[in-house]
Amino acid sequence: MSQLTVFELTVLLAFSSIGAGFIGALTGLGGGVVLVPLLTLGFGVDMRYAIGASLISVIATSSGAAAAYVKEGYTNIRIGMFLEVATTIGALVGAFLAAKLSTSVIAIIFGAVLLYSAYLSNQRHQDHPLDAQPDPVATRLRLDGSYPTSEGSQSYHVQNVPLGFGLMFTAGTLSGLLGIGSGAVKVLAMDQVMQLPFKVSTTTSNFMIGVTAAAGAGVYLSRGYIDPGLSMPVMLGVLAGSLWGARMLVYARPQLLRKVFSVVIFILAIQMIFNGLTGRL
Amino acid sequence: MGRRTRTWSDEQIEQTVGNLLRFGVLLAAGVVALGGVLYLFHYGNTTPDYHIFRGEPSSLRSPAGIVSEALLLQRRGLIQFGLLLLIATPIARVAFSAVAFWKQRDHLYVAITLVVLGILCVSLIGLA
Repeated sequence: MSQLTVFELTVLLAFSSIGAGFIGALTGLGGGVVLVPLLTLGFGVDMRYAIGASLISVIATSSGAAAAYVKEGYTNIRIGMFLEVATTIGALVGAFLAAKLSTSVIAIIFGAVLLYSAYLSNQRHQDHPLDAQPDPVATRLRLDGSYPTSEGSQSYHVQNVPLGFGLMFTAGTLSGLLGIGSGAVKVLAMDQVMQLPFKVSTTTSNFMIGVTAAAGAGVYLSRGYIDPGLSMPVMLGVLAGSLWGARMLVYARPQLLRKVFSVVIFILAIQMIFNGLTGRL
Repeated sequence: MGRRTRTWSDEQIEQTVGNLLRFGVLLAAGVVALGGVLYLFHYGNTTPDYHIFRGEPSSLRSPAGIVSEALLLQRRGLIQFGLLLLIATPIARVAFSAVAFWKQRDHLYVAITLVVLGILCVSLIGLA
């Protein structure tokens, strides 16, 4: 790879990043989970530069997609803001851990998170019963809300706030440590633990990813982990790919896509763990 | 409902937040692309090496340093300025939310939002 000129590498990175953004948008997992393995395993980029560039692209795609979702009225802005206290503190912790841990350890954690994401994306989704009782903590924090459905506006009650908050801290830490959006963990916390409707969970997760990633990116920037020459094609490529993917979503078959994508993620996960264990990253 | 005229409704806030995010991302992407073109014209034929981590020079690590590099139309500084705008977009969204909750007289959420804003400022400016 060291034989490539800056121009050739930029073009290759841009096209790969368009692919990562496209697949990330179609499967709902985001570009970050493919980008870091792609940059480190495929292009031989140092882990720290890869995580910095990935985190930057995560902000771009999250903000781009959130703009549309927020306008549709699914996103719960109060839940997002409240949980961002946990995710941003987590992101700072993760970004500081990234400087303390060796790249081998980070690679192994990355692989484990990839495996878990692949597993989660294949779980069948079940809707929650609508007769849930109001939770006192959620009521005091005014987290309950409503969202548009085909039968009109549907209200919901939020459950298990402390556990959801704790999981969000974990999601933030992983985001700051690995340079990913950790949307899978965020959706798990909101959909499974806090019992939010699935559409509210996914769109609020997307809304939060940008702020979480910005907290991590700030630390990376001041540490010198964010290289403009590398981040430029990655950010522009992932952004273009994800906008394209969001448009193609109407024509896609998500079940099949998720199956294919989870196989890809599984292979990447094994490679990350193997390279981490053998100290090649 | 009578207070709707003075305070902002959730829908209005959602529309404004959506526009804010879209504008920030497009502006950032534009600056990064401009810096990128200049960068490629100048450095396109050199050979990069990202295998070994060196870290960026101090002028590309702090908001103040990045802004002054960008004002000098330094190529890498211009890209970094675009990336800084991108990082600033969610931060601006949080700052706007604080104002919106204030207009709604939702003091609990003004406080929660300011905590998040404080954490984001710490990450960008200090401690590292």
